[in-house]
Amino acid sequence: MLVPCLDQPGSVLLDYLSLLLPYEFSWLAILFFGTASVLYANGQRVLAQSGEPVARWRSVLFWLGLALAYIVMHTRFDYYAQFMFFIHRIQHLALHHVAAILLMGANPWRALAAGFPDGSAKRWVARLLQSPLVQWPYRFIQFPPVAVLVFAGLIFFWLTPSIHFTAMLSQPLYLLMNWSMFIDGLLFWWLILDPRSPALAGTLGFGKRILVIWAATVPQLALGAYIVGAPHSLYDIYEVCGRAWPIAPHDDQVLGGLFTWIPPAMMGVLVMVVVLRRLLHQSDNDGVQPA
Amino acid sequence: MKTLPLACAVALALLITACTGGDTDWTGSNIEGVMPDLEFELTSDTGEAVTEETYQGKASLVFFGFMNCPDICPGTLQRLSTAIEALPADSQSDVQVLFISVDPARDTPEKLNEYTGFFGPQFIGLTGTESQLSDLVKRMRATYGYGEPDDNGNYAVSHSSAIYGFDAQGNAQVLMKSDQPASDMSHDIELLLQRS
Repeated sequence: MLVPCLDQPGSVLLDYLSLLLPYEFSWLAILFFGTASVLYANGQRVLAQSGEPVARWRSVLFWLGLALAYIVMHTRFDYYAQFMFFIHRIQHLALHHVAAILLMGANPWRALAAGFPDGSAKRWVARLLQSPLVQWPYRFIQFPPVAVLVFAGLIFFWLTPSIHFTAMLSQPLYLLMNWSMFIDGLLFWWLILDPRSPALAGTLGFGKRILVIWAATVPQLALGAYIVGAPHSLYDIYEVCGRAWPIAPHDDQVLGGLFTWIPPAMMGVLVMVVVLRRLLHQSDNDGVQPA
Repeated sequence: MKTLPLACAVALALLITACTGGDTDWTGSNIEGVMPDLEFELTSDTGEAVTEETYQGKASLVFFGFMNCPDICPGTLQRLSTAIEALPADSQSDVQVLFISVDPARDTPEKLNEYTGFFGPQFIGLTGTESQLSDLVKRMRATYGYGEPDDNGNYAVSHSSAIYGFDAQGNAQVLMKSDQPASDMSHDIELLLQRS
């Protein structure tokens, strides 16, 4: 189907398919998304055979989240994100909020672990994850005030005009920016969406989770509003590097501010409702967590 | 526990300093080590195939644009011309401006030659095929795009507005903005020549 399509419809098809190719190829993306896909797909198979399949809605959340993160990072979308401020903001909305919430809402750990082939490598990874080397930094970053500070702080850090300027000019810094947003999103939303009971497993209490969401959302809301209202150009790197298509710089900035402001706030409220529901049903299902 | 947030703050501060440089006295932004060296395959305004090696030995100021550009391009080139004229007479020929047209459909080498000649002997027009230009702007982490043509077939082109300064060996040094005053440009060009 893909071979010599010289006629019109064929070349249109090829044009569309080429949108799926990465703008800048990254081994990191291949390694991360490849490993996650193989482990999860294998885990789904193993668990289905063992008679304890992954709930369908959970696997749908997982694949949607993974596909979304891949699309914004490793397809033509990344090109537009590099050369249009508001698309860059959509990219970070996807990485820091939507994809991370979907992936952590899927509670993928059981399937990922089941998908890991048995053997010494699996034991070694399990030992590593339990070692103080991993556990200590993990507990530190998941300490609620730190988690809030890192979550909101990263947004402010990468949107500081001088830092944003350099990050868009340097490929290693650009990758660091995107991956730090994605990984922080996963950590933060796992803290919030961890399905284990606070009473039995010692996870963060539901009331505190709501407070954490609130504390992490408000600064971003303020920053988004500030960008929308800013009368002067804040991010002239897009002027300096050229935009993907001609658009008034101020329109780009206002749109980018809106995407920093409204959708993340909506996502925050949505997750708050989910946590609130669990808080209200706390006594009903303590200790009985659906898979 | 209390020392850790402090340690993080220090680490962040160090990262910021490392990112923004600050040890060189540029009026533009320091891009040494941030951006890649100069490397390209293009066509010169005399119609010859050229690479970055053709232009080694002199400090280079690279600027992307197009000839139908109503304001930014001619304004920037004019300011660069003023900035170069303000340099000491014996160093004016140590710098060259590579004006790279990203509108090869309209800007032929002959037209480019005539256009750049207007700004001074240091100005060289370059252009290339779509893929040559795409490779170069991607390397410089920049882009360009075309607007919809009007009834007369005229269209706008969005392009990078930066002036990238390279030393005589082609190492990235400074990024100037097109709206910087000529005196700032002159200052940075002089610094660039000292480092070449």
